[in-house]
Amino acid sequence: MPSSRHKPDAFPSGRSAIVGAATFGMGSAPGFNNFDLAAHASIKALAQAGLTAKEVDGLAIVVMDETMSALNFAEYLGIQPRFVDNTRTGGSSFQLHAAAAALALDAGQCDVVLIAYGSDQRSAAGKLISSSRPSPWEAPYKPLRPISSYAMAAARHMHQYGTTKRQLGEVAIAARKWARLNPDATVREELTMEGYLGARMVADPFNVRDCCLVTDGAAAVVMVREELARELNPGAAYVLGAAHETTHREIAQMPDLTVTGTAAAARRAFSQAKVTAKDFDVVELYDAFTINTILFLEDMGFCPRGEGGRFISDGAIAPGGSLPVNTNGGSLSCVHPGMYGLFTMVEAAQQIMGVCGERQVAGVELALSHGNGGELSSEAVLVLGSAAAARSR
Amino acid sequence: MHPEQEHFAFLAKGEFMLQRSRSSGAFIYYPRVAEPRTGATDLEWVAASGLGTVYSTTVIRQKPPKADYNLALIDLAEGPRMMSRVEGLAPQEVKIGMAVRAKIIREEDKPVIVFEPAI
Repeated sequence: MPSSRHKPDAFPSGRSAIVGAATFGMGSAPGFNNFDLAAHASIKALAQAGLTAKEVDGLAIVVMDETMSALNFAEYLGIQPRFVDNTRTGGSSFQLHAAAAALALDAGQCDVVLIAYGSDQRSAAGKLISSSRPSPWEAPYKPLRPISSYAMAAARHMHQYGTTKRQLGEVAIAARKWARLNPDATVREELTMEGYLGARMVADPFNVRDCCLVTDGAAAVVMVREELARELNPGAAYVLGAAHETTHREIAQMPDLTVTGTAAAARRAFSQAKVTAKDFDVVELYDAFTINTILFLEDMGFCPRGEGGRFISDGAIAPGGSLPVNTNGGSLSCVHPGMYGLFTMVEAAQQIMGVCGERQVAGVELALSHGNGGELSSEAVLVLGSAAAARSR
Repeated sequence: MHPEQEHFAFLAKGEFMLQRSRSSGAFIYYPRVAEPRTGATDLEWVAASGLGTVYSTTVIRQKPPKADYNLALIDLAEGPRMMSRVEGLAPQEVKIGMAVRAKIIREEDKPVIVFEPAI
């Protein structure tokens, strides 16, 4: 493209921050609908910053079954926001919302943005609710979407790089060890390698322990400009970088099943934030399936391409390991109510705020929140930093 | 050109057809009104060779008495990749890199492109 058409990335690094981050109804929350759950989480997140719904003039939300969700939820909260976003890219939607919110806040389009999500899918349906029409190019073959798409990525990674079933198991076991430190995690029983290897097969090489949970749950974060953030919450998590990349929708159209859009998204987000992989204190990834953790760590440069399986072995990403990954227990053991992206953002922000109790990693200055949508289709990276990290950049 | 309609009309006659751009020579699947990236609309239908290679594969496990079945991504000799399944052997015996050949079968009263090992 001619250079006259290209403007350098001018993301407003550090000029907005998350001042409240909360969850609600983790695991099972019968009797609430999607918006009830999102409202509970929203009120908690706003209260952390001393705010109420009437101060919200920017609103971002998607839910599984309502395409105009921002309108529904504005009405539910009784507000008339001047900025709304219900961009739907699956589980990464919320990272896209945060990126857009950072721009909108910086441009003075709104002052207080609420990003929310809620789902009653476990209590209402008991399974993942589909938000997409069946594809004529896939439906005749009865794919078990989305599991079979991720399973074929895992099969390909194992074929190319010698990644093993036991290494996938290490991902699941590390997530479970973190979940055991989190009272809000849905599944907290010990998971051994024998227990993992003996679990029921679903789509080779995956068994049920390679797959995310089906739960209820809600999350919310509140974003404001840096000036207000300093006033409202000394522990605020500043948005230092935010980028995303879309590569495909259907798995057959993904150029390479072992390289995701996370690679390009991370390059841009890290550049905006002026950080590298080794600077992060905690990494919250969208681990809908065990292979995800391996793929995304490689994509973001935490280890060389193809080395992810070996990198996560021997407890490297578990509590006490060299790199704390998915400190809430992830979508494998903590929560996965249809879309998980906002939960990585809440956990990353809370780790910076220092409010994570037994699972708190000491002295977190820089945290990564990752989102994944569709079938490795939409990948997003948020770089969050403490006030000190924001000042030093 | 009505890509989806025409593709399935060919298939109903027992023909597996791919689109090709006259200017770039590149093959396209799934069918569209324009070539990806270039937007070229100079597309023509060409018979697929039916040859391909397994790019990835999985076995979808079911509770008995329902049988497990294969799901695969096939790299066609012409370039594009498609979802399908490989038949004629146990689903777990389908391996990445295996050479396969297309055949058209009828399933639930519709023509479907599946693959079998190309010996």
